[in-house]
Amino acid sequence: MEQMLREVEPLIPALRRYARALVRDRAGADDLVQDCLERAISRWSQRREGEVRAWLFTILHNLAIDRFRQIKTRGAHVSLDETPESEFGEAAAQDQKLMYQEVMNKLATLPEDQRAVLLLVAVEDLSYAEAAKVLNVPVGTVMSRLSRARERLQREIEGPATPLGNVVTFRSVK
Amino acid sequence: MNLRPITEDDLHAYVDHALAPERRAEVAAYLENHPDIARRIAGYADQRQMLRVALAPIAAEPLPAGLNLSRMIEARTRRRWPVQWAAAAVLLLCLGGVGGWVARSSLQPAPGGLVALAQEASDSYQVYAPDHVRPVELRASDTAQLTEWISNRLHQPVRVPDLAGSGYRLMGGRLVPTSHGPAAMLMYDDDHGDRLVMLTRPMNKADQNAPMTARSTGEVTGIVWADDGVGYSLVGRVPTQSLRPIANEVRRQARTI
Repeated sequence: MEQMLREVEPLIPALRRYARALVRDRAGADDLVQDCLERAISRWSQRREGEVRAWLFTILHNLAIDRFRQIKTRGAHVSLDETPESEFGEAAAQDQKLMYQEVMNKLATLPEDQRAVLLLVAVEDLSYAEAAKVLNVPVGTVMSRLSRARERLQREIEGPATPLGNVVTFRSVK
Repeated sequence: MNLRPITEDDLHAYVDHALAPERRAEVAAYLENHPDIARRIAGYADQRQMLRVALAPIAAEPLPAGLNLSRMIEARTRRRWPVQWAAAAVLLLCLGGVGGWVARSSLQPAPGGLVALAQEASDSYQVYAPDHVRPVELRASDTAQLTEWISNRLHQPVRVPDLAGSGYRLMGGRLVPTSHGPAAMLMYDDDHGDRLVMLTRPMNKADQNAPMTARSTGEVTGIVWADDGVGYSLVGRVPTQSLRPIANEVRRQARTI
């Protein structure tokens, strides 16, 4: 179990980020991560050597999908997430807040399967093969979903509702 | 120079920094000559950066108390004692069951060795397959050690079949006691976590060679056979017709020892 602590604990922040970006609601996302960790503890002997990260994301992703399904059938209310606590100064925090809300809103326009691929690949740095494992689909499907997600998000960013200026702002961040 | 054509996948891999350096250079050169595509790809790279920057603060937040992993592990270990006792009780019941079955067999005409083997495999499946803590004693990563151990105890070379072609990966194995001596249990699982158990041991006198026979106990289906004095039984919770090609594969590989 010490090995588990060593290998899993450093990944918890990334699991929280993925869950939050996927379901948007802070408490709900942390519940998912907690369930995920409980399962990881009880199934630790079933993991495959060297694949802990993809394994954890798989457990988490499946839990999130179950939750989406429940929400759809029960029509439960999802409370929207508040902005994460910022470690920057007040003005920067304000910018960060706006950007965060905007990104979350744009992400929310993507279908779940596209959002998941984009987050796993572009934010969590999973390889295409790992993402395919997490989503239980062939790599080809990962690539086509990724392509559709990026196209669609680009339309959202460049759409008439949003000033083009954002793109420039984000480019300057690099 | 004859370039491989640039694919849409290459363009995404370029954005995600997933290309080998040579290919990356080829894609970069291509983009230089195709400004429209370059603009689209720059947009994707911006998106990626935007997502990473916007979501970074979530990962920087202090972890809430509910996600304290060492505390969760500790709570789990404390809770596990009763589970272990329960497992021990189940094992005793099973042994009792096997004992009773053996007692019965001494009163009745001796059952074929294959029938016993099928029962032993099914018992092993019911005890170990649902186990989430320690279904196997030596994991797949220790296959060499596992093979040596079971081969020594069974006094004959045991080959651990590779069932990747059938969609099952080796989880590991252990030695299990049977009333006919030690048997080697190997466990496999597929992508859905569904498990198969393969039990093998030397056949004493009965059934030194026997064709494949399907034998099911409750929901557990099994196929059992013997080759040159060694018995094999493959069991799982899958229809017999899906088990048969896997059994054929095990048999084929076992014959190449």
